Amino acid sequence: MDAFALTPANLAAIAAMAVATYATRVAGLWLAGRIPQGGRARAALDALPVAVLVAVIAPGAAAGPAEILATIVTIVAVLRLPLLAAVVVGVGAVVALRALLG
Amino acid sequence: MTTHLASPRAEFAAGVVAILPLAVAVMPFGLILGANAAAKGLSLAEVLAMSAFVFAGSAQFLAIDLWRDPAPWAALGLTTLLINLRHVLMGASFSQKLGRFGRAGRLVAVFFMADEIWAVAERRALERPLTPAYYAGLALPLYVNWLVLTVAGAALGKLVADPRALGFDFAFTAVFIGLVAGFWKGRPTLKITVASAAAAILVHRLLPGAWYVIAGAGAGIATAALTTPAAPPLPAAAKR
Repeated sequence: MDAFALTPANLAAIAAMAVATYATRVAGLWLAGRIPQGGRARAALDALPVAVLVAVIAPGAAAGPAEILATIVTIVAVLRLPLLAAVVVGVGAVVALRALLG
Repeated sequence: MTTHLASPRAEFAAGVVAILPLAVAVMPFGLILGANAAAKGLSLAEVLAMSAFVFAGSAQFLAIDLWRDPAPWAALGLTTLLINLRHVLMGASFSQKLGRFGRAGRLVAVFFMADEIWAVAERRALERPLTPAYYAGLALPLYVNWLVLTVAGAALGKLVADPRALGFDFAFTAVFIGLVAGFWKGRPTLKITVASAAAAILVHRLLPGAWYVIAGAGAGIATAALTTPAAPPLPAAAKR
């Protein structure tokens, strides 16, 4: 396979993905001026970081007993250690627990 | 303004320091994504183009999973749109922190709005105004890191180990748990977390594709909205 090969179908797919991604990212700027600033809309936007981050990882974190236990270990580690150290503890925990629990 | 602001150089450096652990944590993912892409027949140049122009890890993983020859561009575009729909709301929230960016600066800034960069920038904005220099300090290292690692993964191909065997798939989960902790404000956050996790897990079991992200995020923000009074309290009411 030529490292510099560019096939039209692959480029079209990459372009479609790029357009779709930028569209979702830029649409928020347009939307921001059109939602109310107070009360429930404000509360919803303030909740967004946690809601999005949790939604992305929840199925993986709850995939099985090993992952659920490793998630608990990671939460404890995050509260006590710098982020990178907590990630190392979490990854170590999931490897050990998967080996133990299958 | 009486607020003292650090120099752009110091702001940039603070951004680099904040993103560094995340840049390290995404390294295995970049390698794995590149290797998977090469296995699906993408060239190094195509992997580089995808990372450079799309720059959205979860969408790229999902797309490579679905990749066939010839590439189904419409299906891949739609899938990307679906998994990235959360960015519309993320951008709406983020927009209010971009006061120092100017119109063109905002349009450039949102291009780099990957989950990790956005989360760290939102966290920063809780404490002090977000500056373009700080944001560049977040975006530039993670972007370059992503390009280098995805291309390296494609070049190494089968030499990249199975991510699950080494537990690397869980690094992503651990990083996001760390990011959530930065936003924690007690009971209200717990309610959002429970709603978001429950909806995401349920929908992930019921529907294929990326719907679970939208369902979880939607349940979380709906919970926050519904447990908040409908109208902001009047200044007079606060004095009572």
